Amino acid sequence: MKSKLKFTVLIATVFLFSCFKEKKEKYTAAEDIPVSQEMIAELTAPPHVPKPVGKRKAKKLIVKMEILEAEGEISNGVRYVYWTFGGSVPGSFIRARVGDEIEFHLQNHPDNKLPHNIDLHAVNGPGGGAESSFVAPGHEKVFSFKVLAPGLYVYHCATAPVGMHIANGMYGLILIEPEGGLPPVDKEYYVMQGDFYTVGANGERGLQPFDMQKAVDEKADYVVFNGSVGALTGDGALTAKVGETVRIFMGNGGPGLVSSFHIIGEIFDKVTVEGGSLVNENVQTTLIPAGGAAMIEFKVDVPGSYVLVDHSIFRAFNKGALGLLNVTGDENEKIYSGELMDNIYLPEGPGIQRMPTTSEIKESDIPAKSFEEQMKFGKQIYGQTCIACHQAEGQGIPNAFPPLAKSDYLNADVDRAIEAVLFGLSGEITVNGEKYNSIMTAQMISQEEVANVMTYVYNSWGNNKTVVTPEMVKKVKEKRK
Amino acid sequence: MRTKFFRLSFVLIFVHMFSFGQSEDMVRINGARYIPLYGRDSTVVEVKDFDLDKYPVTNEQYMEFVRKFPEWQKSNAKKIFADGMYLRNWKNNFELNDGADLKSPVTYVSWFAAKAYCDCQGKRLPTMDEWEYAAMADETTKDARIKKSYNEKILSWYEAPRSNENQIGQNPKNYWGVYDLHGLVWEWTSDFNSVLLSGESRKDKDGDNNLFCGSASLGATDLMNYAAFMRYAFRGSIKANFAIKNLGFRCAKDIETP
Repeated sequence: MKSKLKFTVLIATVFLFSCFKEKKEKYTAAEDIPVSQEMIAELTAPPHVPKPVGKRKAKKLIVKMEILEAEGEISNGVRYVYWTFGGSVPGSFIRARVGDEIEFHLQNHPDNKLPHNIDLHAVNGPGGGAESSFVAPGHEKVFSFKVLAPGLYVYHCATAPVGMHIANGMYGLILIEPEGGLPPVDKEYYVMQGDFYTVGANGERGLQPFDMQKAVDEKADYVVFNGSVGALTGDGALTAKVGETVRIFMGNGGPGLVSSFHIIGEIFDKVTVEGGSLVNENVQTTLIPAGGAAMIEFKVDVPGSYVLVDHSIFRAFNKGALGLLNVTGDENEKIYSGELMDNIYLPEGPGIQRMPTTSEIKESDIPAKSFEEQMKFGKQIYGQTCIACHQAEGQGIPNAFPPLAKSDYLNADVDRAIEAVLFGLSGEITVNGEKYNSIMTAQMISQEEVANVMTYVYNSWGNNKTVVTPEMVKKVKEKRK
Repeated sequence: MRTKFFRLSFVLIFVHMFSFGQSEDMVRINGARYIPLYGRDSTVVEVKDFDLDKYPVTNEQYMEFVRKFPEWQKSNAKKIFADGMYLRNWKNNFELNDGADLKSPVTYVSWFAAKAYCDCQGKRLPTMDEWEYAAMADETTKDARIKKSYNEKILSWYEAPRSNENQIGQNPKNYWGVYDLHGLVWEWTSDFNSVLLSGESRKDKDGDNNLFCGSASLGATDLMNYAAFMRYAFRGSIKANFAIKNLGFRCAKDIETP
């Protein structure tokens, strides 16, 4: 019996061995993998990723990354000077495979004021490339490295003051696929969290400079996905169809905060912990360290909007760490009855909630002088305060948050609507024939802001064009007293 | 007789001032000992009295210079002394690009070019320690580095685009009467790369002495001085033949003791 087994093993070994010889050589060390040809790397701006490496052989991969310092919008009406890899925050996504030899060209645009460099966590060598890539404005530095280990890695600028370069948006992801590539999925997306520190408080309009002291204290004004509030909502929302498997390459640039990444209404089937080789399954919330990443995979079963958040939840609803994955397709009532929403939105349980009134509400700095300004300011407030639940086009979320678009409930009674914004609303209501039994918290915004945002809502999406004035708001407020 | 003598001595003093003293384009900086963010020894540095140009050198002044010294004209400058970006915002040897201003600071000049310019004026480039010393003043104090407003102002310039196209003299003058040390362009210093590259500075440290990651803070004296970090980082990234859009210069001069 024993000898028979031995014999089988021997046969099997011989068979395996011959099999290997016929196919190709296996390299035990990644550094021994030869590269065949040159190839220019495809780089993509978030939320997109380049094509998978698939079965291609290791190559000499030429990466050309341009550094741009440019002004952009961090939130409605709030401007910020970003420093970027490739013109986007996070920077361009790089996709390579184990054994690739990457020739990295770091180009610092002549209009830039500052020198920069790049530290790729996928590099084995001092500074992760930072020392060899320190480049003055109007110059290009070239260095090369052999890709040794598979995984999802962060890259960032490491020029002094390092924290400031990262805080201004200089980070991104480089994916190193194993030989043969990652298992194929239906949709792949690139999302990265980052925290921003501005001289003005969250929402303060105009060009906001970087605030060094807040950054040192790690008191972020904005915590966002993909560089700005609302980058992943509205037209920027991620999409998938029922039954598809989605893979999110999720990174955290920091500089200061660790992300508790969660998707409301979805369980992650697989998470490669910290972007490495360990795979965890059935994860609700995964921790993504600053300067770290994770690959997250899940199959979407039920249509609807899924909300990406940092589950340090005030960051999501008050600082911008909120994105959407819109899933279309047929309902599956076996999996989800469609009756109630996740309770995550209401961590303190039922009852009208009020934000703590530790400080007085600040009146909006610039009062609206015209209808146009009311609309403009109202839209900003909507983007900061209402969009999370009522959605970008006022469509709401079925069974959870009633629509504001073409809303009979809203158009029927303006004072009732003002009251809801001022004091909150709970209990069953019927909007456009659908029953909702949810809770809206009292909104801590000024009377002026209430007037602006409601004017915006009433004059959008097919509503009855009521103009709400601060006086009307005041009247409702005083009646309640 | 007595008045004549007076008059003569007056004239002598005047002549003396004219030949040895500061010109009207320069101001006297009274030296002292101070601690820069990075010194060559990361400790106290002594700066002697010196004269410094009130303003950065302008396109107009530089054009005058290249008329006299054709070897520094745009078409003649040697690549090893000034790279391909040299005077990039000039149309040709004697004309600026449309939109460029004669009263703007000259930029896209290499260290070699800046040094030659100052030499030809009987001046020299300021040392990094001198430059940093003069630049740590705000409008009212010699050393404003601890003031929040001072740092914020400088940092906001670092984020402001295209400031090199502004005219000189629009920022308020500092305590010494010097304009535009901050808020316009970076400026060359004679020993711009000594913090990173001099043999001396390396011997003090056992590890890397550079401006990346952790090492950036090892040798620094004031970790909150982000503005200065960025200046030193910038200087560390350049070479003497680089000509850069946001980099100009001004000249300094020793005080001659007769």
